[in-house]
Amino acid sequence: MLNHSLKLNTKIWNDDIEKASTRLGFGKGLVKAGTNNENIVVLSADLMESTKADLFAEKFPERFIEVGVAEQNMASVASGIASMGKIPFITSYAIFNPGRNWEQIRTTICYNNQPVKIIGSHAGLSVGPDGGSHQELEDIAITRVIPNMVVLSPCDAIEAEKATIACALTKDPTYIRLARNDTPLVTTSDTPFEIGKGQIVFVPEVGLAQVGIISTGPILYKVLIAARLLEKRGIKVKVLNLSTIKPLDEKSVIALAKETRAIVTVEDHQVAGGMGSACAECLTQNYAVPMEFIGVKDKFGQSGTPQELEKHYGIDIPDIEEKVEKVLKRKV
Amino acid sequence: MVKYIEMEKLTDEKIKELKIIANDIRKSIIEMLLEAKSGHTAGSLGMVDIFTLLYFHSLRHDPKNPLWVNRDRLVLSNGHICPVLYATMAHSGYFPKAELLRLRKFGSRLQGHPHREYLPFVETSSGPLGSGLSQAVGMAIADKIYENTKTIYAILSDGEHDEGNTWEAIMLANKEKLSNLIVIVDRNNIQIGGNTERVMPLGDLKEKYKSFGWFAEEVDGHNFWEINNAIYKAKNHKGGPSVIIAHTIPGKGIKEWENDYKWHGKAPNRDEAEKALKELANKKI
Repeated sequence: MLNHSLKLNTKIWNDDIEKASTRLGFGKGLVKAGTNNENIVVLSADLMESTKADLFAEKFPERFIEVGVAEQNMASVASGIASMGKIPFITSYAIFNPGRNWEQIRTTICYNNQPVKIIGSHAGLSVGPDGGSHQELEDIAITRVIPNMVVLSPCDAIEAEKATIACALTKDPTYIRLARNDTPLVTTSDTPFEIGKGQIVFVPEVGLAQVGIISTGPILYKVLIAARLLEKRGIKVKVLNLSTIKPLDEKSVIALAKETRAIVTVEDHQVAGGMGSACAECLTQNYAVPMEFIGVKDKFGQSGTPQELEKHYGIDIPDIEEKVEKVLKRKV
Repeated sequence: MVKYIEMEKLTDEKIKELKIIANDIRKSIIEMLLEAKSGHTAGSLGMVDIFTLLYFHSLRHDPKNPLWVNRDRLVLSNGHICPVLYATMAHSGYFPKAELLRLRKFGSRLQGHPHREYLPFVETSSGPLGSGLSQAVGMAIADKIYENTKTIYAILSDGEHDEGNTWEAIMLANKEKLSNLIVIVDRNNIQIGGNTERVMPLGDLKEKYKSFGWFAEEVDGHNFWEINNAIYKAKNHKGGPSVIIAHTIPGKGIKEWENDYKWHGKAPNRDEAEKALKELANKKI
């Protein structure tokens, strides 16, 4: 059942659950952050409508810079703006930002430790028909490996809005991973949010959980559907929403492993280097348990509906159930 | 806010003083590189006169208060010539000259390429080519939006114009009409693999910048009067960004090393350094 103490959306099991994209949540959060702090500057690489940075541009045109299709320049320009005491947000598709401009992010932003906020929209297979060239499945891996970087991956539009407002208040270089499609609102405005803290969003009705599922991003909704199906079949699971991937909430990850002694990680990203890898790095050193990873396995994406792609690449609801059963059998 | 800067004129006396300082900085660079046993000699020596003019005449800065918020900003994009940056900073009072011998040593503030975490007085960490101009453009944008009181200087190598990122920044600076930005290009015609025109022809950089909407001047990078005059014109050009293409001689000051690209990424051994230091000691100014 849902962890009611988190005040999650009570309509979660209904067909008419409200939906919105995490990029829209970001756009709204950006306007709020910009209203609270006049030092916020936003840069766009010719995708302001797609990233929803246009909401800020309309309201604060004097603090909005359109750099053209030039993501490398955008990253380093933002480093310069940040060095003057400002908080720049750089916005594009995740494939280009942090994909195309990785070295500029590494050297001019993180090596200089400048508080630039990197916004990568349209991440994951869920971009769908645009095809593999635009389905960024490597961004968590390439951002979390850079020292000083904070990596956020909100589960819905509301959490994305909160993450945007929260990261504008920190001095850390930060990457926020966003998706294009409207996805169910799992949380509400009353759900607490803190950078660096995971949340147990689903718990067994009674007793201890047999398997822990760790999820990041909007795929959390599917994880919750799978958790409910498993619960009906008598398999008790706990679900941890990791909206901060770095710094990893080791305490919550280890606590979940200690309780369940079997972990499944779920993400719309490559298995290699992703959120699951981050959890494995932590658990193998602290409390090693059998783990299964759901994500894309060393393949590029292709065109299709998100549903077709999730099925094909094995990150759908039945895959989650299957991996939970598998890890349950591996438990010692 | 309209800015009009009346720069201090260079007198013959001031030029003589700058020449003496530049000669001393060249000595420091050779001593540093000898001690470090590695580093970039040619470009460092070639840019001494420009750095001397900037730190001892043009820049609005305070070496005793390095993080003064209203200082002009100087971004060194081609970080590999940091021996000239460190030596000039030490000679102008940012830190003791004795520290120069710690270049490239473990735990030193003087990293092989500048790193702000170790030496916060440098405006940016640099080394990887092609992103310094972008950072300077960012500083100029921030200054323009919020204060509009500073001049942002960026030092670029000619070789890093091979990088597409540099041209992205050149376009944006024109679009944003950054009249508070002055770029100085070290046009010494060498890069690590040889002559710039052989590795990747750059052609007429002045004309290229002009066609991108910039105000452009070309100077002898060892003539204080010419460089100062170009900076004066650039500061008073109000339509957009300015570039000064400075023709410099790599290895300048040491006759045997001048214009020899082999000195791009090599430090002198003891014999070479002693001979060079003697040459500088005997220089008539």
